[in-house]
Amino acid sequence: MIRFAGDSGDGMQLTGTRFTETTAIVGNDLSTLPDYPAEIRAPAGSLAGVSAFQLHFSSKDIHTPGDQPDVLVAMNPAALKVHLADLMPGGIIITNESAFSPKNLKLAGYESNPLEDDKLDSYELYSIEMSRLVATACEDMDISPKTVERTKNMFALGILYWIYNRPLEPTINWLGVKFKKRPELIDSNIRALNAGYNYGDTVEIFTTRFAVEKAPLAAGKYRNINGNFATSAGLLAASEKANIPLFYGGYPITPASDILHSLASFRHFGVKTFQAEDEIAGISSAIGASFAGNIGVTASSGPGIALKSEAIGLAVIAELPLVIVNVQRGGPSTGLPTKTEQADLFQALYGRNGEAPVPVIAAQTPGDCFYAAFEACQVAIKYRTPVFMLSDGYLANGSEPWSIPNFDDLPNIHPDFYDNKNGTPFMPYARDDKTLARPWATPGTRGLEHRIGGLEKEDMTGNVSYDPENHHHMTELRAQKVANITEDIPPTEILGSTSGDLLILSWGGTYGSCRSATERLQNENNRVSLVHLRWLNPLPKDLGEILIRFKNVLIPELNMGQLSKIIRADYLVDAQGLNHVRGRPLRAADIVTKAQKLIG
Amino acid sequence: MAEATVETPKLDRRDFVSDQAVRWCPGCGDYAVLAQVQKIFPELGVNKEKFVFISGIGCSSRFPYYMNTYGFHTIHGRAAAIASGVKLANPELSVWVITGDGDALSIGGNHTIHLLRRNLNINVMLFNNRIYGLTKGQYSPTSELGKITKSTPLGSLDRPFNPTALALGAHASFVARAIDRETAQLQSMIQRAHSHNGSSFIEIYQNCNIFNDGAFAPMTVKETKADKVLWLENNKPLVFGAELNKGIRLDGNVPKVVEIGDKWSTDDLLVHDETDWIIAMLLSNFTYQDEFPNPIGVFYSVDEPIYEVMLDEQIKFAKKNKGKGDMQTLLDGTDNWVVE
Repeated sequence: MIRFAGDSGDGMQLTGTRFTETTAIVGNDLSTLPDYPAEIRAPAGSLAGVSAFQLHFSSKDIHTPGDQPDVLVAMNPAALKVHLADLMPGGIIITNESAFSPKNLKLAGYESNPLEDDKLDSYELYSIEMSRLVATACEDMDISPKTVERTKNMFALGILYWIYNRPLEPTINWLGVKFKKRPELIDSNIRALNAGYNYGDTVEIFTTRFAVEKAPLAAGKYRNINGNFATSAGLLAASEKANIPLFYGGYPITPASDILHSLASFRHFGVKTFQAEDEIAGISSAIGASFAGNIGVTASSGPGIALKSEAIGLAVIAELPLVIVNVQRGGPSTGLPTKTEQADLFQALYGRNGEAPVPVIAAQTPGDCFYAAFEACQVAIKYRTPVFMLSDGYLANGSEPWSIPNFDDLPNIHPDFYDNKNGTPFMPYARDDKTLARPWATPGTRGLEHRIGGLEKEDMTGNVSYDPENHHHMTELRAQKVANITEDIPPTEILGSTSGDLLILSWGGTYGSCRSATERLQNENNRVSLVHLRWLNPLPKDLGEILIRFKNVLIPELNMGQLSKIIRADYLVDAQGLNHVRGRPLRAADIVTKAQKLIG
Repeated sequence: MAEATVETPKLDRRDFVSDQAVRWCPGCGDYAVLAQVQKIFPELGVNKEKFVFISGIGCSSRFPYYMNTYGFHTIHGRAAAIASGVKLANPELSVWVITGDGDALSIGGNHTIHLLRRNLNINVMLFNNRIYGLTKGQYSPTSELGKITKSTPLGSLDRPFNPTALALGAHASFVARAIDRETAQLQSMIQRAHSHNGSSFIEIYQNCNIFNDGAFAPMTVKETKADKVLWLENNKPLVFGAELNKGIRLDGNVPKVVEIGDKWSTDDLLVHDETDWIIAMLLSNFTYQDEFPNPIGVFYSVDEPIYEVMLDEQIKFAKKNKGKGDMQTLLDGTDNWVVE
């Protein structure tokens, strides 16, 4: 749902009508709610003069224009002031920055500029100098600045056409008819429309939003939080609980860059962010920082993760703590940077040379990114291993009401740096009996000078070894170390009965849809349960015995069946997939239909 | 890079020798460099546990295994990036990158230039043998044009990189060159790099006696050495030759080799100035030009702002400005509500 709001002279009704027409042409069901100001000639920039147009569209039947818009186009401060309260948490705000002048701010009753303080932090804000950009787009035309200024509504419309993947032609044709007698207006409006469309493309505005079903919230203190911020906060919380500095090395990439941005704003916590020269330097610097006793973290999306693969292997053999966050997007290659997907599971599990096991945890909601990031750090530090945390574009940019944790209630993390108190010869590859973790001895510690590296290590001494038996033994040790993490995974929760006709098995960002579908099926008295996996490697040790208690297993995923293949291979279970990669979340209705087919 | 030297135990060469057998080919120039490092390090006045050697991949990158300090033999080309993380995490450490011409200029070229432009207080020792040794003899990014190797049987087609010019182009704050056989000068360059605050870059001409033997022979054999090496001394005229009878004179902007005698005296020669980037670049361009001697010594040395120092200042500033971070405040955010 979109709401266009601006001054009555900004052309908001026209913009709304054009979007409506185009949306009808592409075949969506829709409903609109124009909201004209009562005072059609109220002073420009004033609250009373705000004109708005709301549009609700969907491929499903729609009966109301909806309550909360996902996108608010606010052409001036007054429009923002009037309509912000209605915008859904974490929604997109598009503003004309040029209109946020001291005079207009005052007219709207703002004491400080909301684009510059933290009031809009929980939204995705695109503040664009539309007036300047349309002026540049039309600078070689012989028309008045005022006429050019009036094309900015077409710029805003262009951005929305990009976000919603709508064709420009219907509007271009309409402009041709409307301004038949004034060709310069056809040209200037088309230029503004194209400029807006290209802007959306260039800045990679993320187009899938996290949808929360309205549900009663348990008592407690809440805030809205999006996945990328929650990830950043989770990483920081872990570093605070471990009492070691957080070092982040990374390179900007959609849709992971906001993690870098958030962490960069945490300098007052002592967080060191390093915008490296490339993805490889990002992870390499993080490995270096971990070697020196920080918790090293890097974040990226699929293409960047591909570049980091060799370095992840180094962290595996060096057995150093490291957290790698992958905010997944559509692939392969550059793929669909602004669309969500879950197709990097295999990349996380297997995307390295040699036998290189890496633990993998996946977040299930935007708020859960906090806990997934925290847990990833816990495991990385405890087991001295790189850990993958999988998020996705849908979680990263989506917001939900989040029950704020009490920081004191989170567990402490113990880095247990080796200090050689007992004075025996230091063995860099000696191991903890229980976890198989090796000692973390950081440069600067007297008497523990040692060398590590990417060549195979001799058991205990860590010296370079080409011995075949040692290599086989070390390979088994590294695998066993990761397998031991199952000891830290709590018993699997089953939503529903512990046996039945169908188990829906899900992971990552599809949690919401899978849960809704399960509840719908249960309400219709089907014997259906849900298991949502948090750790993808290692898998929980009770999973096998759960799977065999159900007649059917359905695995819905935003990929072509990656978890399905693993489950079939590891447990010899005839799991069925529900798979699509259309850049949007799975729909509960589709899961229900597939489930009904399976249970007959 | 001068670190505080609290309770430095008296160290000698043996303290820096690890228990690992050195595995370079007999006669390799790497031995000479290792020997000079082990010899000079006890004199740097730094506690041994503060030294960290980071290397990439290649013959020279085995270096950390032979030093009884902290060491990390990493992956191809990435030593500079990993070293950056080490230094940023703990600026107290004395961090040394050991790399080669392939590691630092081909697969890791990007990291090398970015390390130098950021000016972290890290020392880079680039062993330049102008060949790929570990992979058995392909041409390298510093091999001369037309180099005949296994991968270029008809001669290489790419013009070589000039490491000192590249470092100067990245605005490294310390750029020097040494030769494996010139032990005293090599020691002095290591010492200078250590005492320089900021990134230090030393190109070391290193002979690969298996795949590119004699690459630097004109600069090391007795008969030609004096005419082929230009020893750089700060604030001294650029003089060379067995009789010290030749020099570098600027004719307008163009450097010329001149004979000192009737026509020219040492007063007419270009005087080296380590703080002059233009002179450094000009000298650097003598490389690969047969009519000029090869400059050896410090090309350039200036003080520039240091990355990790500025990062630390930012953290202090942020703490002062916003107050030391409080996790609960961050989690609570500015806009929360209570559900009863």
